[in-house]
Amino acid sequence: MSEMLVRFWGTRGSLPIALTAPQVQAKVAQALLAASGRRFANLEQASAYAAGLPFHVAGTFGGHSSCVEIELAPPGAGPHDYVICDLGSGARPFGGKVLAHHGAATPNTFHVFMSHVHWDHIMGFPLFTPAYIPGNVIRIYGCHRNLEEAFRAQHGAPCFPVDFSQLAARIEFVTLNPGEKVEIAGLSVLPKLQIHAGESYGYRFERNGKVFVYSTDSEHKLDDPDVTEGFVEFFCDADLVAFDAMYSFADAISVKEDWGHSSNVVGVELCQLANAKRLALFHHEPIHDDARIATIEAETRRFEEITRVGGTPLEVFSAYDGLEVEL
Amino acid sequence: MDLRPRRQGDVIVLGPAGRVDHLNSDEFLTAVEPHLAQCEAGGPALLFDLSAVEYMSSSGLRVLMLAAKQAKPRGGRVAVAAPQALVAEVLEISRFNLVFPIHASVDEGLRALSATP
Repeated sequence: MSEMLVRFWGTRGSLPIALTAPQVQAKVAQALLAASGRRFANLEQASAYAAGLPFHVAGTFGGHSSCVEIELAPPGAGPHDYVICDLGSGARPFGGKVLAHHGAATPNTFHVFMSHVHWDHIMGFPLFTPAYIPGNVIRIYGCHRNLEEAFRAQHGAPCFPVDFSQLAARIEFVTLNPGEKVEIAGLSVLPKLQIHAGESYGYRFERNGKVFVYSTDSEHKLDDPDVTEGFVEFFCDADLVAFDAMYSFADAISVKEDWGHSSNVVGVELCQLANAKRLALFHHEPIHDDARIATIEAETRRFEEITRVGGTPLEVFSAYDGLEVEL
Repeated sequence: MDLRPRRQGDVIVLGPAGRVDHLNSDEFLTAVEPHLAQCEAGGPALLFDLSAVEYMSSSGLRVLMLAAKQAKPRGGRVAVAAPQALVAEVLEISRFNLVFPIHASVDEGLRALSATP
């Protein structure tokens, strides 16, 4: 049994997106072309064929903004402690899954670790159903002093019809200090300051020797060896790093410098220096379609292969909404 | 870092060698800076001959980007030539092929820069 299961509910950066009709049509056309005249007797046969197609043709990386669940044990019939990172639009389907499992009568506790309070990371909360159910406890952790203010500001007129004060769940805000390790919900949690407008924080989660690092909305300039070394230590021996790879490296250090995001190239280099095992490219650029993200994934794997110096290969993949990774 | 600078007409050719990564990128930048100062409208163009570079990390690429960013507003011209296959792949994956011209050979780079006003 794994120590942690990391489940991605939202992997898109900056703004949620949805597949458009022409994009769906293009996928269907590619699938038909690849079928090359073969016949299917029933839906099962067709589904089996579809399952063998490339992911960017038969599936989608998804469009929800940042929300990642860390499952320490599967929920049972009784109250459960949930752990999630960020409350982007991916929090809505996550809340739906919780409600489908427990119904409304079971009081659950939600431990939420916030990277920062930019809109794409909090926008799912007004539609997070568990917040409307009495008995639930939602404990929101973060290093920003304005954490509560940000949540209250979006939850009420003129932005939203329901005021924050009307939420039935007990909602608590807990301020953490960067660099100070805390024990929460069975996890050792270390927050770290990152470079981003208004500041953001990454989290290193540890449990029984397994490590998950959530590092999104972070610009790694690599121009200060001490700062780089700090992140290498933060990522050290991680089993999985969810990394902000929104831009190409050229864009990240030119036209989009100081926009607060990083690249696939820097993600690989940092993970290699840190001896991390798996790199999940995360916070995908909203203008990138599935084919583009698949291309970036393939290029990043090739970059890892080119730059590997001995040791175990770093496993690289593009995170998608619904992806589960066992640690 | 010895870049073996050589002037060919209106172009200064700089030739780093070996691995250029976070361990020596500061030396690379220091070596480039005096030549970069001359790279402006009416001055010599800079051509990085990468034929002897085995690997260039993001730290090394950052120096190339810095050169391009400093030269361009002043009317200077910067290009790259003759990358080995792996370095060429790194340049493409990093999308540096969209930042400045990458020529297959130094001669091709010299011709292109000489032809450009």
